[in-house]
Amino acid sequence: MSEQKQIILHVTDQQGKVHELIALDGWRAMEVIRDYGLPVKAECGGACSCATCHVYVDDDWADKLIAPDEDEEDMLDEAFEVQENSRLSCQILMSEDLSGLRLKLAPGSEPDTTD
Amino acid sequence: MSKNISPVSEPHGGSYTTDVVIIGAGPVGLFAVFELGLLDLECHLVDILDRPGGQCAELYPEKPIYDIPGIPVVSGQELTDNLLQQIKPFAAKYSLGEMAVALQKTDDDLWQVKTDMGTSITAKAVVIAAGGGSFQPKKPPIPDIDDFEGSSVFYSVRQMEKFKDKDLLIAGGGDSALDWTLALLPLARSLTLVHRRPNFRAAPDSVSKIRALVDAGDMEMIVGQVSALQGQGGQLDQVKIKTKTGEVIRKIDCLLPFFGLTMKLGPVAEFGLNLHENLIPVDTEKFETSTPGIFAIGDINFYPGKLKLILSGFHEAALMSQQVFRICRPDEKLRFQYTTASTDLQKKLGVR
Repeated sequence: MSEQKQIILHVTDQQGKVHELIALDGWRAMEVIRDYGLPVKAECGGACSCATCHVYVDDDWADKLIAPDEDEEDMLDEAFEVQENSRLSCQILMSEDLSGLRLKLAPGSEPDTTD
Repeated sequence: MSKNISPVSEPHGGSYTTDVVIIGAGPVGLFAVFELGLLDLECHLVDILDRPGGQCAELYPEKPIYDIPGIPVVSGQELTDNLLQQIKPFAAKYSLGEMAVALQKTDDDLWQVKTDMGTSITAKAVVIAAGGGSFQPKKPPIPDIDDFEGSSVFYSVRQMEKFKDKDLLIAGGGDSALDWTLALLPLARSLTLVHRRPNFRAAPDSVSKIRALVDAGDMEMIVGQVSALQGQGGQLDQVKIKTKTGEVIRKIDCLLPFFGLTMKLGPVAEFGLNLHENLIPVDTEKFETSTPGIFAIGDINFYPGKLKLILSGFHEAALMSQQVFRICRPDEKLRFQYTTASTDLQKKLGVR
């Protein structure tokens, strides 16, 4: 077994707080965020069917990700305040190459709260 | 629906009596009909969606599910169709397109569930199988949007007449946005469609119709996103739209955002069931809530070790049914039987 490098994922929550998470190879960024208990609705559970895991990708990382496919682009139509760097975090597969990735949870990704 | 087994909804606004009312017609609510049906208990399901299946039908009808015991792979829609087939012998009633809004005890110690459509269902027990809550339209996080809802901002169209001779702005790029654009354009004084990109995921036929209307000058299409609302006393006056080249302002009377549905706990939060982080605590013997006679199964319940899996909900449905039987049939003996052996059960299933 070769030595595995830790994969770091930086996530800024909806309140602006930055969290440093350790991701696992092959996990979806959304799953890592959810696993740490950060506030992400992700209601379809990673099926690219709800747009409630919408994130903004840090400019330095935009080119390093595999571009969104048509399904993801279509689903982003149901997100709000969509920008050039918008992605659905359930469609970002973590790997060593992405260690250090910085994401910010977008409006609409917060879980339901009882008022 | 593929097998043409989609149940027919009872008329809105009726009064019904049953053994068990089930709030939520997702996979777990549907399977509860089976387990209760084997015990000769009648069910009436309520769901805010206009068809059964819950998340399986609304969020991932075509996505494969791999963790249903004994079924290596099944789509959300197939699972729903199979469950409908499985519970067909029990002839449950459905109130679809209705949201359960109130739950109260009657004078004769029964439960009454009321819906937003005026339907009233009286039952001996209530099973809440509401998953993540009710599917409701997504609200754009635009400042002050609440102030305009119901008067200038609408997430659905109930009466088209309301929009006659109005300046309308429809936001979104899916079938709802485009279908309503085509339906309301002949009535409206003006109509602007705002979508974040030039491409649409809606049906190609609607898209080409819209493009032709825009080219003919019958309506306007702006590539951008609504960013601010202005108006007074709930009446919209104008909206700001963020585009790639800057901000655009349009004077409008009504905004109709169509961004799909999302689950909100909704009125279940008001049922007095001691919620724990938006979930309903239950015991793990009967899956009964803090209120005797009210049960919660599937994703909406909470107990130590809970896993939000469809299979967990199925197990919970089976155990819940035992206690519901004791409540509904206090004078009868509860018999545990297998479908493989019991002629009684096989008769109920119509296979004997």
